[in-house]
Amino acid sequence: MKLYCLSGHPTLPCNVLKFKSTTIMLDCGLDMTSTLNFLPLPLVQSPRLSNLPGWSLKDGNAFLDKELKECSGHVFVDSVPEFCLPETELIDLSTVDVILISNYHCMMALPYITEHTGFTGTVYATEPTVQIGRLLMEELVNFIERVPKAQSASLWKNKDIQRLLPSPLKDAVEVSTWRRCYTMQEVNSALSKIQLVGYSQKIELFGAVQVTPLSSGYALGSSNWIIQSHYEKVSYVSGSSLLTTHPQPMDQASLKNSDVLVLTGLTQIPTANPDGMVGEFCSNLALTVRNGGNVLVPCYPSGVIYDLLECLYQYIDSAGLSNIPFYFISPVANSSLEFSQIFAEWLCHNKQTKVYLPEPPFPHAELIQTNKLKHYPSLHGDFSSDFRQPCVVFTGHPSLRFGDVVHFMELWGKSSLNTVIFTEPDFSYLEALAPYQPLAMKCIYCPIDTRLNFIQVSKLLKEVQPLHVVCPEQYTQPPPAQSHRMDLMIDCQPPAMSYRRAEVLALPFKRRYEKIEIMPEPPPRPTQPTGGKKRKRASDDIPDCKVLKPLLSGSIPVEQFVQALEKHGFSDIKVEDTAKGHIVLLQEAETLIQIEEDSTHIICDNDEMLRVRLRDLVLKFLQKF
Amino acid sequence: MDPECSQLLPALCSVLADPRQPVADDTCLEKLLDWFKTITEAGSSLLLLQENPCLLGLLCHVLKPQDLSPRVLSFSLRLAGMLAAQEDCFQYLQGDSSLFVASAAGQLLVHILGLSLQGPAEGHPGLQTGDWPVCAQKIVSHIEESLRSAATPQITQALNVLTTTFGHCHDPWTQVLWGRLSPLVACLLEKDPVPAAHSLVDLLLSVARSPVLSSSSSGLWETLAQTLSHLSPTQAGPLALGILKLQECPQVLRAQAFAVLLQPLTCVLEATAQAPGLLDSLDGTGGASVTVDTLLPSKAACVGLLCRTLAHLELLQPLPQRPSPWPQAPLLGATVTILRLCSGSATPTSDAGGHLCAFLVGCVRVQRAALDFLGTLSQGTGPRELVTQVFAVLLEYLTSPDSSPTVLKKAFQATFRWLQSSPETPGCSDLDPHAHLFLRELLPVLPKRLCSPCWEVRDSGLEFLTQMIGRWGGQAGFRRALLASEVPELTEQLLRDPESYVRASAVAAMGQLSSQGLRVTPASPEHPGGQQKSLLAELLHILSTDSEGFPRRAVMHVFTQWLRDGHADVAGDTERFVARVLQVASQDLDWEVRAQGLELALVFLEQTLGRPSSHCPYAVTPPVAAPPSSLAQALRPLCRVQLFEFAFRALFDCDRPVAQKSCDLLLFLRAQTASYGGPQGSGSVPEVASVEAALQRWQAGDQGQPLGYLEPEVVVAVLRSMDLEGLRGALAESSDRVEKSPQSLLQDVLATVGALGEDEADCY
Repeated sequence: MKLYCLSGHPTLPCNVLKFKSTTIMLDCGLDMTSTLNFLPLPLVQSPRLSNLPGWSLKDGNAFLDKELKECSGHVFVDSVPEFCLPETELIDLSTVDVILISNYHCMMALPYITEHTGFTGTVYATEPTVQIGRLLMEELVNFIERVPKAQSASLWKNKDIQRLLPSPLKDAVEVSTWRRCYTMQEVNSALSKIQLVGYSQKIELFGAVQVTPLSSGYALGSSNWIIQSHYEKVSYVSGSSLLTTHPQPMDQASLKNSDVLVLTGLTQIPTANPDGMVGEFCSNLALTVRNGGNVLVPCYPSGVIYDLLECLYQYIDSAGLSNIPFYFISPVANSSLEFSQIFAEWLCHNKQTKVYLPEPPFPHAELIQTNKLKHYPSLHGDFSSDFRQPCVVFTGHPSLRFGDVVHFMELWGKSSLNTVIFTEPDFSYLEALAPYQPLAMKCIYCPIDTRLNFIQVSKLLKEVQPLHVVCPEQYTQPPPAQSHRMDLMIDCQPPAMSYRRAEVLALPFKRRYEKIEIMPEPPPRPTQPTGGKKRKRASDDIPDCKVLKPLLSGSIPVEQFVQALEKHGFSDIKVEDTAKGHIVLLQEAETLIQIEEDSTHIICDNDEMLRVRLRDLVLKFLQKF
Repeated sequence: MDPECSQLLPALCSVLADPRQPVADDTCLEKLLDWFKTITEAGSSLLLLQENPCLLGLLCHVLKPQDLSPRVLSFSLRLAGMLAAQEDCFQYLQGDSSLFVASAAGQLLVHILGLSLQGPAEGHPGLQTGDWPVCAQKIVSHIEESLRSAATPQITQALNVLTTTFGHCHDPWTQVLWGRLSPLVACLLEKDPVPAAHSLVDLLLSVARSPVLSSSSSGLWETLAQTLSHLSPTQAGPLALGILKLQECPQVLRAQAFAVLLQPLTCVLEATAQAPGLLDSLDGTGGASVTVDTLLPSKAACVGLLCRTLAHLELLQPLPQRPSPWPQAPLLGATVTILRLCSGSATPTSDAGGHLCAFLVGCVRVQRAALDFLGTLSQGTGPRELVTQVFAVLLEYLTSPDSSPTVLKKAFQATFRWLQSSPETPGCSDLDPHAHLFLRELLPVLPKRLCSPCWEVRDSGLEFLTQMIGRWGGQAGFRRALLASEVPELTEQLLRDPESYVRASAVAAMGQLSSQGLRVTPASPEHPGGQQKSLLAELLHILSTDSEGFPRRAVMHVFTQWLRDGHADVAGDTERFVARVLQVASQDLDWEVRAQGLELALVFLEQTLGRPSSHCPYAVTPPVAAPPSSLAQALRPLCRVQLFEFAFRALFDCDRPVAQKSCDLLLFLRAQTASYGGPQGSGSVPEVASVEAALQRWQAGDQGQPLGYLEPEVVVAVLRSMDLEGLRGALAESSDRVEKSPQSLLQDVLATVGALGEDEADCY
């Protein structure tokens, strides 16, 4: 059983699990932090942004000045923002049988996977996940497509040039694989491959494996997944919460007796307590508005915004803010507010009971009725005539690189009366603000992340007692900025196995039993598979339609291997020892060779020639039979 | 049992359990037993106990050593026996064996022992146990046997019996008993772990406190020292505190006890590698490694030990017999470090420190205990750099969004205490520059706290503000800083807070701000250039319309204070102010508001009759009017504000404290009038009679008709004719809560008690 780790981002995971001859992708999160390297897309022409000076090298060479612009000491790419995709080379994604989605934030890379890799399988997700995921994708596409940008920068991605750039561009990883946003057509096609599931529903995969979604308590329809065969059980925990917010509470009991528990999507701000942050949010909002300033809240169109609106609903009267208008601007604002009210069965108990009263489960319905909360698809149109200050505006995108928020940053950034309050934890607020500097408006950072913190994880692990825990490497050591906080890491016995992007883990499974059926009749003569449709059977491990590959044995002596590499013209070779073997880094060729007891992987950047050369070098050290 | 009786039962049990309450007569108790008997015969005793946990509470309570009357003790034991007569209930009681069977027996043994020795041993203090009465000898050998037992519960029982005996009785025979049993007790210390450690600690402290035993037993101090070193840090803490609280005790033992108490803090300092100088003075013994072992295995143990240690030290700090020299600086250092470990801002330097940090981060219990202790430590001084650290950590807590409301409240309290203790600049009584710097950083935090969605936070922020203004409102530096902040304006907005506690605190804060002339009246955008409502009008509005009692009470307090201080808004037309306030207060449904109205009336009365107020030493003494020449002249202002109508109405108030207060006020007034010469109550007879008739109607419950304006002469005549002393006596005797009509037996018992102990019966 193997786990292929395609994403290095702990809260936007994308892993592939090979289990019982099935290939299961667990989530396909899209790392959007790459967009922070780009200039914002202003909805309204911004003289400030268009007049930023081009960037030139120290020696004065200005050949990049069309692509790169400088703002307050930071350099930005002046092009359509691009996203960092999950690893597509580590495993042939056309062999993926199913994709399990745990929540709407973890499916944003779906169109890239389903539309461009030869994927022919099925995607499983709950209904709210699909509906709200669609809203997030729709908003993203809309934000980017409505500001067409003539220019597309690609020169800077050249490896030799990237090396010359200042940080963080210099250190950006895999820039050659960064992609532009998908289209609505691709979104629709991707979503059409999804099959809806309900909590605790058992889904059989080829008779070999059963998968089941469980409530994870984090967002509407968010799920953890159980993947089990007759004698083995893998739990996939991603984005879970034990706090009482709007979704159904987390189902912990069903995670018990797991052989392996894959743990991702913990809180990104382990030192901040969501309650305290909500208090901070409300206080700062009230202080700003009372002084006649406006408040800007960059946010996603679904999720924490529901809880924030609920808190404000209780708070505004006490704070004397009843007359202050709240605006929610998003192409999907209306659908988001309405969807939240109709997914009653996916809500926490309190909210479910309201439906029978009958009352809307979320109080934002009342805010809308009483005209305290108004929503608009865009700042063009009705909004401009209704707009009244001081006010509070909720709008996207939290990266501050596209969406209506860009306009408000330009509009309000010059006055110290105004405040921007960051509540979404996905983006570093300092980096998000960089292209708006110098900025007079106040900036408050109140990240609200309701996902599990390390104390809750430790309780959870004690409760469900998995035999092995597998998690992203970031969770196995304290955060770099707080290296003394031993409490901010996973502490379990045996120690958690960690993974990083582009790594393959052999999961510690002991196969003790296997269920087989013995038929009284002799088996029928095997027939050739008709081809075309891909279905797996237990015997598929050695496909009979392919030429048998020779078996290999022996181990690779690292020193001799390095000498061999040098002989073949590779220089700048670095060897790192890992727990399971060695990693040979060919720094110049940006390639790594991962040598472990039972596997060897060559990871190189889209260079098939190089891979074959290296493979042949490796093979020289092994015996074939 | 019917629900009415079930409701009365808890009150009955608490009356019976309280040794200060005079006990109802035996017949009542007998009747009660009869009643319980019918209940237990009719149904399950177990159910009875389960449905009425107060009974179990009573039974447990009477077993504690205290001066309970034998009647109640016997009643309780008989009740326990009656309940235990049913098999299922007996098992239920047995399940709590330490509490019931054994404890009751233990209690009984103590009494029998005491009784049997009262006669024989009194005359012959030297009598050895061999010569004691047979029953006493039996008891002693039973105790000896229990102490030798391997079973901890038995040892516990024996120790408890001895603790009770030595705690109660200081007769010379106790010396003989201790002399015989102390070697056995000392043997317990040789076991590992020490059995029944808590009871052992109780016993040793009880012996040490006994004037008979502590002075004579030479081995006692050695035993205590031995116990301190044998017990785990968690168990030794209470013993150490007990030893340090003793009036007389060898210095060596005190030093050892103090070292035990300080060990956990030494570990904290070590774990974060504080300056070695601090460690030297804290580390008395080599016991720290034991303590580390106690601190580190689990979070619960670590948190528990630290909380207890901090609480013990907090108790010790203000005592005159606290250890000297008091290690103020290391204690401050350790407390600050604990707080920083809790907030995650301390950098541990060892593995132990890393573990401590992981246990303590975000631990509200430890934060509260440490902030309490930090506040107590403000009584002493500390090195400048440590005081800087104290203010830094306090600011960190006050600023952090993660501070829980209760922690924040403690942080505010500690901050005020430290600011209060910071040295004043010579020459002026303003805050010292250091505290000023702190204040400059604190004031921006306060508005955010006043806007918190959590009402507890808003409330404690306002309380803190009120304290601060009360203390430094007159100082220029503080005034400047406060006026430059948004605080005064926000405070005023909180007068309309939806939470009544917050409104009450805002009223108090505004009262202070206004008294100190710190209320800002900016031209707000809503009323450009318009005259803002005066605070007096705003507070009157709250007094007459607020639906909750707390804000209205707060307004009355502010008004009383303003009247006392001669506040500008009041001094302009004092009579109109008093008349208006009394009129509103008299109609208030909350008795505390009415009682506070009487307080205000008293202040006015004192001011009018020319006696300067003596209540508040800081108050600016209002211009004292020259004593009016005649009684009538003196009383006229009181008549004009209708003070008498208010006071007479209050005299017949359905809430007794109001009536008592009014009675006192009128008695005071009558005494005052006696000092004046002139006509004594020469009011026209018909008018006096009509007032008296009205008062009688009021007393009968018909308070509808007002008296209207009264002439001073009429008032004096009425006052003289009234039996105020009699009324005061009646008010002191009876409780209005006691129904006159004969009700159930329970009510009778309670009523008897209520009539005698008025304070407890009127639990407002």
